[in-house]
Amino acid sequence: MKIETEEPEDIEVNMTAMIDIVFQLLIFFIMTFNVAPQEGDFTIKMPLASQPSDEIPLDEPPELIRIALRSGDEGKISTIDVDDEVEAQTFGPSDTMFLELTNYIEEKLAADGDPESANETEVEFDIDYELKYSFTVKAIEAVSGKVINGQVKKLIEKIKFKNNANDG
Amino acid sequence: MKFNKKRKSEILEGDLTPMIDMTFQLIAFFMLLINFSKVDQAEEITLPVSELAVPPDGSLEYKMILNLEPGGNVIFAGQRIPSINVMGPILSQEIRNAERENVAVADVAVIIRSHADSKTGLVQKLISKCQDSELESFVLRVKDRETK
Repeated sequence: MKIETEEPEDIEVNMTAMIDIVFQLLIFFIMTFNVAPQEGDFTIKMPLASQPSDEIPLDEPPELIRIALRSGDEGKISTIDVDDEVEAQTFGPSDTMFLELTNYIEEKLAADGDPESANETEVEFDIDYELKYSFTVKAIEAVSGKVINGQVKKLIEKIKFKNNANDG
Repeated sequence: MKFNKKRKSEILEGDLTPMIDMTFQLIAFFMLLINFSKVDQAEEITLPVSELAVPPDGSLEYKMILNLEPGGNVIFAGQRIPSINVMGPILSQEIRNAERENVAVADVAVIIRSHADSKTGLVQKLISKCQDSELESFVLRVKDRETK
């Protein structure tokens, strides 16, 4: 008896439909693609003022530096007043006042000699109602750290605002 | 004269595998980078620039993004609210939504995207209004300027 052997055939799947869908998906994603600018955050601490606390705090309160940002014409910054409960200083009005503030904070932390002092120091901003927000961010940046040769040196991370919401 | 017998015409099939591979990789790339949360980010807000801000924390349990315009309008979830003073019910509703997801009020992060020219007093007023609703975790969002 003669047995006929059939050669195995390649099964061909029709890819056209899949490729159509894939290209439609690709076009959809290309059309909806939006290159958003990279954003960053500054975290600020604003605990509720009326929190009842019967417990005695175990840790010592952090060292507090009070920084007042004073507004001039058209919401531009006029002066920066710094009070660290030992001495008070005023920076500005000048173009370098934020740099002076950064240097002051850096020197103060270095003078403490304790590498942990940055974590134990807190800054409270007292900001004029009319001051433009961009200057506030510059001041927060000035106390948060500085960039040296592309490397970020962190200074103070604990930042809070004095409530001036009703001054306007 | 002898003519060759006409050959049967064949369909030329190119190998589509590399093209399909490439296309799928492109789709995966765009899918990963696509940003559907545009409703939270009002494009009319020009954020102040900073090079020291840290990248946004993706691990926040529950966040609400409040966009503050220079005139004092707040844009929340694509809706323009004409005054900070009328934010109370909206904040309460959002807190109830968070509580439904088992997130405590203290863990709700309020992300403030304020225009660079807004008065800082308005930002503080917005923070104060949020504090009235017992919110206490705040983040100031800025545009990142890359360090050189």
